[in-house]
Amino acid sequence: MLDVVLLLAVFVVAFAVGVLLIVRVPPRLHTPLMSMTNAVSGITVLGALLLFTASIDRTAVVLAALAVAAGAFNLVGGFAVTDRMLGLFHKRDERRE
Amino acid sequence: MNAVNDVSPWLIDLAVLTIFLIGIARFRRPESACGGNSLVGAAILGGLAMTLGWSVWHHASVALAAAAVGATLGWFTARRVAMTGVPAMIGFQNGAGGLAAALVAFVELTRRPAADSAIVVLAGTLSLSIGAVTFAGSMIAAGKLANLLAQRPSELRGHGWILRASFGAVAILILWAAIHRSGQTLPAIVGMSALALCAGVVLTIRVGGADMPVLISFLNALSGLAAAFCGVAIANRLLIACGATVAASGFILTHAMCRAMNRRWQSILLDGGATRTDDAPVERTAPVSSGRPPGPAIAAAKQTLLDQTPLDEAPLDEAPLNQARLGQSPLDHALAALRAAMRILFVPGYGMALAGGQQACVQLANRLLQMGKIVKFAIHPIAGRMPGHMHVLLAEADVDSDLLVDLDDINPEFAQADLAVIVGACDVVNPAAIHVPGTPISGMPILNAHLAARVLVCNLDLRPGYSGVDNPLYADPKTILLLGDARDSLQSLLDRLADPPP
Repeated sequence: MLDVVLLLAVFVVAFAVGVLLIVRVPPRLHTPLMSMTNAVSGITVLGALLLFTASIDRTAVVLAALAVAAGAFNLVGGFAVTDRMLGLFHKRDERRE
Repeated sequence: MNAVNDVSPWLIDLAVLTIFLIGIARFRRPESACGGNSLVGAAILGGLAMTLGWSVWHHASVALAAAAVGATLGWFTARRVAMTGVPAMIGFQNGAGGLAAALVAFVELTRRPAADSAIVVLAGTLSLSIGAVTFAGSMIAAGKLANLLAQRPSELRGHGWILRASFGAVAILILWAAIHRSGQTLPAIVGMSALALCAGVVLTIRVGGADMPVLISFLNALSGLAAAFCGVAIANRLLIACGATVAASGFILTHAMCRAMNRRWQSILLDGGATRTDDAPVERTAPVSSGRPPGPAIAAAKQTLLDQTPLDEAPLDEAPLNQARLGQSPLDHALAALRAAMRILFVPGYGMALAGGQQACVQLANRLLQMGKIVKFAIHPIAGRMPGHMHVLLAEADVDSDLLVDLDDINPEFAQADLAVIVGACDVVNPAAIHVPGTPISGMPILNAHLAARVLVCNLDLRPGYSGVDNPLYADPKTILLLGDARDSLQSLLDRLADPPP
């Protein structure tokens, strides 16, 4: 039970810190911000990979593999597209110097 | 996993999360955001390695193959997508994240022994259903954003009732599973998944057009919540903390988008598009693509187009409308106005991106800057298809980001502007939002382009924007209508500006 309380505390603290940090992001960075946080939600790939450390039956292996693929797609694609977008902002700043 | 007795996993997670949060903090400024993104990515990868490194694996090859396929697909689609396609891409990725959370919860719920605590079952079923809603909703949203599905919101008979009933049924199933610890019974879980998928579809098919930025922000928040609940179900702190941060970000953006439109999220998501924050009578308006007969404002604008008294020289030909659209006269008008103006404010909208006119628009602005004029871009928060989209679109066209000014800062400048150049925007400059009560955009903060001395409209046609509300600005005598493809219009202005003035 104590474990569950700690886990909920992690949720509350992370949510609060997230709010404090993200309200300070300017509107011009809202698209990269959403793209980056979208990539972060691909962290579920960790949960999917952890399924493979337990003994699971064949159906579960198929579902877990699908989850791994979807999560990895989300994670890698999200960070890659964010990096490309921010590169566009960066390119302009470099040229001005 | 015994979280309390073993301290070192806590320390590792704390280190990973600290790097993660430092990365997010770097999104405060454009210069540091790129490094911030890499830092967040490194934190996530580090967290994956630290958690998985010393585990015993079964079917490791299957897992690695799946990860490789997903990662490769993700990488290549991200490298190839155009900046106009970014909202659809993000919607699609978001759906993949929701699917992953739902599948993990599904497997966890079906393989766990019945002795799980109620909170674990509750978290698992919440992750499953929120993940399923996110998946179904994001796929519909991505389809709309990619123009694979109709932009027009489709409304079922008794839509609000169906929506509430399906969410209510999911909630009852979740509570039932948690109380009876029967998350393990397969029919209950399958039923819950199916209902949640339906709820996601019903939620999103009715939202469209100008409300897409709200929808995609909300789905972003949901995918974070699904990941966080998934983390509670499998007792993984990284999942919980990352998911919670994503949820926080998604809800903040949802709130920011709603504020930019003076709407409440409940009215957009639960009650359909047209309900207003105030209780003014609601006028159901026709969607953009309905091809309805032109309203009075458009008729007046067409008259203006024919009658338009010239700025300084020869009178406009009494040409038929279709000739006036493509003919020289509006272009000459526009050129004269551009040359005469000293302070020029550009108002870009998503129509500019649809016409591929970003490059021409930025080049025209740069040309005017070279001519010694003061040029700025007025950016409405909902310009584009997702929060902040217009900044990215113009950044791709290599605009000087100092020229981009947000709504609150630029609005006082319109009254001093000699010319407002509207490129593919309609609702965000529609004065009806201020003057006419009871329309879907009444009360929405707009860019005050109507306060500029003259207005140049480079839109495709005179049809209203996503809201369906006619724009009285088109009929204003000070407005020059340069209708047609925005890229062509801007390019011809750019070409003609190079000529010496007559």
